[in-house]
Amino acid sequence: MEHIPILKMGDFLLVTIQVDMHDRLAMTLQDDLTSRIVDAHAKGVLIDISALEIVDSFIGRMLADIAAMARVLDAETVVVGMRPAVAITLVELGLSLTGVRTALNVERGMDLLRKRILERLADDGPA
Amino acid sequence: MSDRSKTLRETIEKDEAGILERWIDKQLAAPSFRSDRISKTELAEHSRRFLSSLRQSLGSGTPDVQSPAWANVRQILEDISVSRAQQGFSPSETALFIFSLKETLFEQLNSELTKDPTALAAAIIDTNQLLDKLGLYTTEVYQTGREKVIVRQQQELMELSTPVVMLWDGVLALPVIGTLDSSRTQVVMENLLQRIVDTGALIAIIDITGVPTVDTLTAQHLLKTVAAARLMGADCIISGIRPQIAQTIVHLGVDLGTVVTKATLADALAIALRRLGLTVVKAATTGKRRPDGEAPSAPSDRSED
Repeated sequence: MEHIPILKMGDFLLVTIQVDMHDRLAMTLQDDLTSRIVDAHAKGVLIDISALEIVDSFIGRMLADIAAMARVLDAETVVVGMRPAVAITLVELGLSLTGVRTALNVERGMDLLRKRILERLADDGPA
Repeated sequence: MSDRSKTLRETIEKDEAGILERWIDKQLAAPSFRSDRISKTELAEHSRRFLSSLRQSLGSGTPDVQSPAWANVRQILEDISVSRAQQGFSPSETALFIFSLKETLFEQLNSELTKDPTALAAAIIDTNQLLDKLGLYTTEVYQTGREKVIVRQQQELMELSTPVVMLWDGVLALPVIGTLDSSRTQVVMENLLQRIVDTGALIAIIDITGVPTVDTLTAQHLLKTVAAARLMGADCIISGIRPQIAQTIVHLGVDLGTVVTKATLADALAIALRRLGLTVVKAATTGKRRPDGEAPSAPSDRSED
């Protein structure tokens, strides 16, 4: 079965979607990612969709769902590299992904993740 | 009807060269002839092409000028109409070119059918109708051409009126001038998102000083643009909200949600710079920051006060 690779980088998981997503693949990714977050004790997930040219409402919802699932598992999600056309499509579909953090590219996304993790450590404070 | 168009065709066929010559002479003699705009040879060429294609199409037997059999005539009329429009002829002058053929044809029919008044009347009515249709067609072509120009201008205006300017490294400004309708929003959004990708901007300021009215639909379009920019990883600030607009927004119950709004572009730039961790200081007084965050103006720019 087809899988989207999930790479571990320190505390973070890196998912690069390089193929056009179809619904089955999206469901598999949800399964794989949630188990990897638990296994790897990941603090953050970075999803790079710069190669994704076509989105539909299902994929849009999947992104929002993944972010929500990751949050439940105590990991931050950042979606990076969205193309302008994809952004417009998602907004027109009424999916503005309010619960998901976004960044322009992988570099910025990594910075954002690191910052968020530091903030969260500061928020929790010394126990 | 096919019998009747046959009469006209036979008449033309019998003496095409003669008809053409008389028609051209008539046009040249007419007071409306513009020798400054069109040369004699060009006029003769137009007339010859039209008459010969008219004869061919009459052979098809159908009087419907929109049918495929008349495609050739229509094409020639389009060419003539376009070239005449470029030469500065008015649409009615172009139509007169077709109508002027009537007189010559009527004379010809008259001499052919003197013995049969009924057939003559019928032939004249048909010829009249046919040439009227063709004459009006040139006007239509002219109109279509003008409409195409208007549509193109509209598009250009739309693109010109939505520039995305770079205010600072990482800060884009989008001054919106005019009504923000659906098609404009689309253009605005595409321009803005593309510039975000190109410049890697973190903050985009949408300035609506030039938007005359903000209703629920406009607000929705603004929010869409903000949401799309956020998906690209850029934060949006809406600035240039005039007092009346603020009142309208509240009265309409429009919820701008979490979008940061500022009264002026200067305020928006100030907060954008602060978010980027930048400060603007006066050159003379080192280290002292101006409270409004505006760039200090050069001495020569200052008004005498």
